[in-house]
Amino acid sequence: MLVYVARRIVLAVGVVVGVVIVTFAVAHLVPGNPAATWAGPHASAAQIARATHFLGLDRPLPVQIGSYLAGVVTGNWGVSIHTHRPVLSDIATAAPASLEVVITALLIAIAVGVPLGLRSARRRGRPADHAIRAGSILGVSMPIFWMALILQLVFAQRLKLLPAAGEFSQGLLFTHPLAKVTGFPVIDALLAGNWPMLGSTLVHLILPAVVVAAYPAGLIARMVRAQVLDSIGETHILNARALGFGERQVFGRFAMKLAWTPVAAAVALVFGYSLVNTFLVESIFDWPGLGSYAAASISTLDTPAILGVTLFVAVAYVIANLVVDVVQAGIDPRIRLG
Amino acid sequence: MIESPIMTPRQVAVPRGGAFWRGLRANPLLMVGGALVLLIVLVAIFAPVLAPHPSDAGTATHAFDVLKPPSAAHLFGTDQVGRDIFSRVLFGARVSPVIAVVVIAIACAVGVPLGVAAGFLGGWIDELIMRVTDVFLAFPPLLLALALAAVLPASLTSVTIAIAVAWWPWYTRLIRGQAASVAGRPYVEACRALGVSRLRIIVRHILPNSVTPLLVQVSLDVGGVILTASALSFLGLGAQDPIPDWGLMVADGQNYFTPDWWLVTFPGLAILLTAFAFNLLGDGLRDVLDPKRSFLP
Repeated sequence: MLVYVARRIVLAVGVVVGVVIVTFAVAHLVPGNPAATWAGPHASAAQIARATHFLGLDRPLPVQIGSYLAGVVTGNWGVSIHTHRPVLSDIATAAPASLEVVITALLIAIAVGVPLGLRSARRRGRPADHAIRAGSILGVSMPIFWMALILQLVFAQRLKLLPAAGEFSQGLLFTHPLAKVTGFPVIDALLAGNWPMLGSTLVHLILPAVVVAAYPAGLIARMVRAQVLDSIGETHILNARALGFGERQVFGRFAMKLAWTPVAAAVALVFGYSLVNTFLVESIFDWPGLGSYAAASISTLDTPAILGVTLFVAVAYVIANLVVDVVQAGIDPRIRLG
Repeated sequence: MIESPIMTPRQVAVPRGGAFWRGLRANPLLMVGGALVLLIVLVAIFAPVLAPHPSDAGTATHAFDVLKPPSAAHLFGTDQVGRDIFSRVLFGARVSPVIAVVVIAIACAVGVPLGVAAGFLGGWIDELIMRVTDVFLAFPPLLLALALAAVLPASLTSVTIAIAVAWWPWYTRLIRGQAASVAGRPYVEACRALGVSRLRIIVRHILPNSVTPLLVQVSLDVGGVILTASALSFLGLGAQDPIPDWGLMVADGQNYFTPDWWLVTFPGLAILLTAFAFNLLGDGLRDVLDPKRSFLP
């Protein structure tokens, strides 16, 4: 087991090094001179030259990659060109807002997808099954930026049930200021016992989280259905039937037990996908997360920031994969042979 | 083995009517998906005939018809320069679905040979190709496409290149698995022992065995590529005005969204319907051809 884990970690580190090289290569496709952007619109040639040197752009490419890699390890991810702050601290400021949406969305997706998948499996071949399958395919086919706009129009503009945008009502900052502890507004409000603020953050979270949940909910419903139907012919399930358990118990308790591991793996893998999907809806909901930061970086050709966000998400994705592999190997000894 | 009743769900009596209806009864989602895909292809081909105002797909301007709500004259209403949205949505079937086909063709052209090489040749070539593939698989596809499209000039060509770069490794991994499993089978060993050339083994045995999973994967990927391309256009990184791209139309309509809801609604519905159609088709094909494959994205 230890050998397996060590091997997986070495592979993951190799992948991260490769990811850095690829993102670096992508960043160097940027037309125009980042040093000129950094120095400002009216900088002299000498100032641009100094900026070029400061940003390390005058060194040979392999040296730049090497020092960037060293920086990634030591926590120096370069300086953002549009904020002039360290990229890593910018990301640390923006990430909690995005993670809040993704985590809430995945919880919604599990709460919706698992029961629907089970129902679909129990009603296999019947109208309910076809309807749930069509619905789950609709979920994975959803252009979420469009869904965000439509839900915003219906629930915020027309019905006025939910707030249209933002993380919380700005007015509350005067009456119930929010102390920053973890950076997650919901958790910070909860920790401080700041109930009006907590209510406001939760209500603001609903629309973005529901939109981001569309894809994983559809995916989970399909997976649960497939996994449950896969195990339904196995002997221990027949045994449960023979013992007189009802259909609900057979599916929900016995067949689902086997389905949890692959479903958990899918959730971890879809995490990275959903994080990128939040990027698409953050501008619509005026959400101060990584997506808004990435959008600002893209429009200013902020190479270190684009590089940093890409790297952050890719590394999060690699780590999620690694955790899934190791946990699965821990649960299921058959995997370690591979 | 004792079979529980649940394992034989297709005990439906053979319905009257032709094979089409039998197929529909057995797999309605596949049939609906196939019909919708056919419809989209027909719309793409006959857009100039079907569109009531074909010139509105381009730079036409109608100052007196700006932002008109849906009516008999303009089924989906008009946009901020008075163009007929229905006509533009029909012409949109020629933009992102075509991008999807080109992206997947490029991804296959790169991914399939690499996968065959890795799976069939093995050894250090396999190691090298698969480690590089792993690096590309470490990015969620939309992220890599987004980063690339962000640094390339905004155009449909850039979007196509960006998505293709993010998409090929999935095909390499799929085909490598197929090739490796076929390469190890006794009849391939026998071919080798008989002195059959590697090229001939690849063409006669490896590739035919990879066609089915490849077909399923391709049909499942079209929807994903359309969504990705639309997202990039929505962010302003892809199609530029006056190209009638659905994602771009949603982005442009955003500014007039309240109260002029039709600008965003109809192009977005077109994206949803197209992705839905291809995903239904892909899902149904997998059920029919390849029921054991995993459901991961």
